[in-house]
Amino acid sequence: MLVVDDIHKSYPTAEGPVPVLSGVSLGLAAGESLALTGESGSGKSTLLHLAAALDRPDQGGITLAGTPLAGLDDAGLARLRRDRIGIVFQQFNLIPSLTVAANLAFQARLAGRHDPDWTAELTGSLGLEGLERRYPDELSGGQQQRVAIGRALAGRPGLILADEPTGNLDEATGAAVLGLMLGLVAETGAALLMVTHSERLAARLDRRLHLRAGRLA
Amino acid sequence: MTALSALLSHWRRHPLQLALLLLGLALATALWSGVQAINAEARAAYARAASVLGQDRLDRLVGPLTVARYAELRRAGWPVSPVLEGRAGGLRVLGIEPLTLPREAAVSGLPALAEAGALLAGEVALVHPETLGAEALAGLELLASDGIPPGTVLADIGLAERLLDRRGEISALILDPARPLPGPVPPDLRLQKPAPEDGLARLTDSFHLNLTAFGFLAFAVGIFITHSAVGLAFEQRRPVFRTLRSLGVSARGLAGLVLLELLALALVAGVAGVVLGYAVAAALLPDVAATLGGLYGAPVPGGLELRAEWGAAGIGMALAGTLVAAAGGLWQVWRLPILASAQPRAWGRANARARAAQAVAGLGLWGMAGLALGLGSGLWAGFAVLAGLLLGAALLLPAVLAGLLALAGRGARSILAEWFWADTRQQLPGLSLALMALLLAVAANVGVGTMVASFRATFTGWLDQRLASELYLTAPDPATARAMRDWLQPRVAAILPIVEVEQEFGGQPGSVYGLVDHATYRENWPLLSASPEVWDRVRDGGGLLVNEQMARRQGLALGDEVDLPGGILPVVGVYSDYGNPSPQVILGLTAFRARYPDVAELRFALRLPADEVERLAADLRARFGLGEEAVVDQAGIKGFSLQVFERTFAVTAALNALTLGVAGLAMLASLLTLAGLRLPQLAPVWAMGLTRGRLARLDLLRTLVLAALTALLALPLGLALAWVLLAVVNVEAFGWRLPMRVFPGDWLVLVLAALAAALVAGALPALRLARTTPAAMLRVFANER
Repeated sequence: MLVVDDIHKSYPTAEGPVPVLSGVSLGLAAGESLALTGESGSGKSTLLHLAAALDRPDQGGITLAGTPLAGLDDAGLARLRRDRIGIVFQQFNLIPSLTVAANLAFQARLAGRHDPDWTAELTGSLGLEGLERRYPDELSGGQQQRVAIGRALAGRPGLILADEPTGNLDEATGAAVLGLMLGLVAETGAALLMVTHSERLAARLDRRLHLRAGRLA
Repeated sequence: MTALSALLSHWRRHPLQLALLLLGLALATALWSGVQAINAEARAAYARAASVLGQDRLDRLVGPLTVARYAELRRAGWPVSPVLEGRAGGLRVLGIEPLTLPREAAVSGLPALAEAGALLAGEVALVHPETLGAEALAGLELLASDGIPPGTVLADIGLAERLLDRRGEISALILDPARPLPGPVPPDLRLQKPAPEDGLARLTDSFHLNLTAFGFLAFAVGIFITHSAVGLAFEQRRPVFRTLRSLGVSARGLAGLVLLELLALALVAGVAGVVLGYAVAAALLPDVAATLGGLYGAPVPGGLELRAEWGAAGIGMALAGTLVAAAGGLWQVWRLPILASAQPRAWGRANARARAAQAVAGLGLWGMAGLALGLGSGLWAGFAVLAGLLLGAALLLPAVLAGLLALAGRGARSILAEWFWADTRQQLPGLSLALMALLLAVAANVGVGTMVASFRATFTGWLDQRLASELYLTAPDPATARAMRDWLQPRVAAILPIVEVEQEFGGQPGSVYGLVDHATYRENWPLLSASPEVWDRVRDGGGLLVNEQMARRQGLALGDEVDLPGGILPVVGVYSDYGNPSPQVILGLTAFRARYPDVAELRFALRLPADEVERLAADLRARFGLGEEAVVDQAGIKGFSLQVFERTFAVTAALNALTLGVAGLAMLASLLTLAGLRLPQLAPVWAMGLTRGRLARLDLLRTLVLAALTALLALPLGLALAWVLLAVVNVEAFGWRLPMRVFPGDWLVLVLAALAAALVAGALPALRLARTTPAAMLRVFANER
């Protein structure tokens, strides 16, 4: 599903470019889950953003579902994100002006793949019944993250990318939310790449890779 | 000091925001102080005109006066000085006797001249610098003096006699207040007290009040920009405020520092605004001077003097406006809890909560406007209605827009449309002040535009009725007038004499006209109301006509009586008389001659085929040696009247356009400031599959939709404003009421102008969004602000 081949990425600073990723390669098959761990600043989030087609590598290639990202323009990358990828952010990043129901269905409807039955099933599975008409700022952190997970899964994308999905939640809530996410990802058959600081959470995924100073350890 | 530099660092990092804040405040101050400068210049001119020869403070003796009677009074010990006053060559001529003129009546430059004997020699006249080039004064030695109003000539009484061709006449005798009177006022004379108030200032009050109102409207729009920029800057700096508080800066100290910073910014913008205001006033004053001269005969110079008082007032307004605009923010800084988490959307939510309260306040203001309309009277009540109507509408706008956007959202089919409407609604708190400014600007444009267009349409039709004759003649003297009549008799279809005498009505200077009975008047005169057989009654001396302003001001209706020399007469008709602020009465020619036997017939209206006008005018000028002003054709008078009219509203149009520009700037300020706060809301949508370009296009569309809705809502508000201006303010200010006419084509142009302003304002933020780098978008996910 996802092939990352020898990618390099650096960010410009006043003192010159600072390398963040240096020759990282990995592969992720459909239905597989992979945890990406590492210290702060090791390049985990950058790698996830590149895999999500949110940014471009300086060097190297990324192929998603057989499509090389390098050949796509801005609109092509946007289409790919919309149709093939579901992202779960640490800060939830729900759309504050839309209700829970609209947030849940947002990406699926945008991609033209809205399945009301599946969305209703997700709503039930994530324990969001009765909250559909609420707005994000009326929810707890755990509830918001469950909506974010539902939003990522509603369009049944082939790849789920999660950046510290439980980083803003307490331990018990985080464990419960992760359990839900893993169960639902397994149910859809999607591939999962999750960035986390937590060794304990990483251990619950199929595979685990560790980044150190922009390289896979 | 360290805390202050921490606060000021915000502006270093946001120079555009700082520039917009300063520009908004400077523009607001400029428009306000520019209008004040114009008013101050005009009022100084009125005061100068009123104080010439102490008219505003010295008693006078009036009556049948001659040089012989004056000499007799002087011999009897009366402390009097003669004055001869009249008009010649379009100038006001004042003749004086410098040796006997009381010191209190002196004019600047006069004593030195009198001592030098220049005036006494009867060869020198004093004039305002702008009057030096007047044709009528050719051949005279002229000295310039700022103490003389423009268009006035001050000369020795002997020279004045020659200029006015009134030898041996005296208009009045000024009494020296320093010397006692030798006895009671002789029975043939009358003691005239100084005018309790200056007539010109009173007449032009409404004009200046109108200007002030527009200046204030522009200032209010500018303050909206300031409020918006300051409010958002406060919100952006909330974390810095909390950090400073947690590091030991007291609430009072922090509020003091913010206040200091704001006052410094206001001072910079205020000074810039006053300089800009001077430029605005200097650009507009010639038009205003021409308007005041044409409409009221007020002598206002076209040049602008620097006056310290309006400069100081402008800076004061900038400081006061900034404090008003920032009061809410300062209060929040004062009450800021140290430990509350920093949330950019808190400001928006607080505004959303305030929306309902604002709407209630808006409805309350509308209620007050209704009360002022129903119960109030006078010009101030009219302006109270305007203020209540406009401010109430501005306060109601966010609630109405929120309702409309919610309705639109309910009708949305796609998720993108649903998000678009919901997100637009969420942006309302941040944009509402700019949208209020746009609402007021468009409404003012619609309102004033409708008033001016109604006025123009009515005025043009009225001119056609009022100026039905083809040619208007003024003879230099009664003998020439008689000769002209004899010569004209076989050459024209009708000769219609026009006689006029000045007369006060209800303490106001006005005039009485005598008109001959003729089909020209019967068929064309613009009567608003009339008794049966009105023209027969006027012809037979059984009634008179009054102009609308006299009828309104004195509460006269058909059948009411007017006191004139020779007895009272009933009102049998009321006619419209636009462009003239003074009361006017029309009598039949026979009745006029009976009551005013001494008034010479010098003016005539002539009826003749239109194609003969040019030739006859040329023949008249050649045969009787008449100047350009003595023979005027209908088209010439209409052209001049329309020119006065256009100039009258040129200033208003300029202020309107500037107000719309300021509103556009308010939108730009708000959109640019909001742009930074919006990234966290837009980045997730981008991440889920929308390109930055599409987001930017949607953002621009959002701005246009909000501007279009606001402009559409401004249309009925503008029409209500026009109605208040036409039916309330104009009636109080000028004494006439105009029928309201609507011009939908003009509205379309205005809505398009508002959209263009919004497009310009929205283009830069949209372009910035389209060019936002992925790295900047990704920072939203890495570190939520």
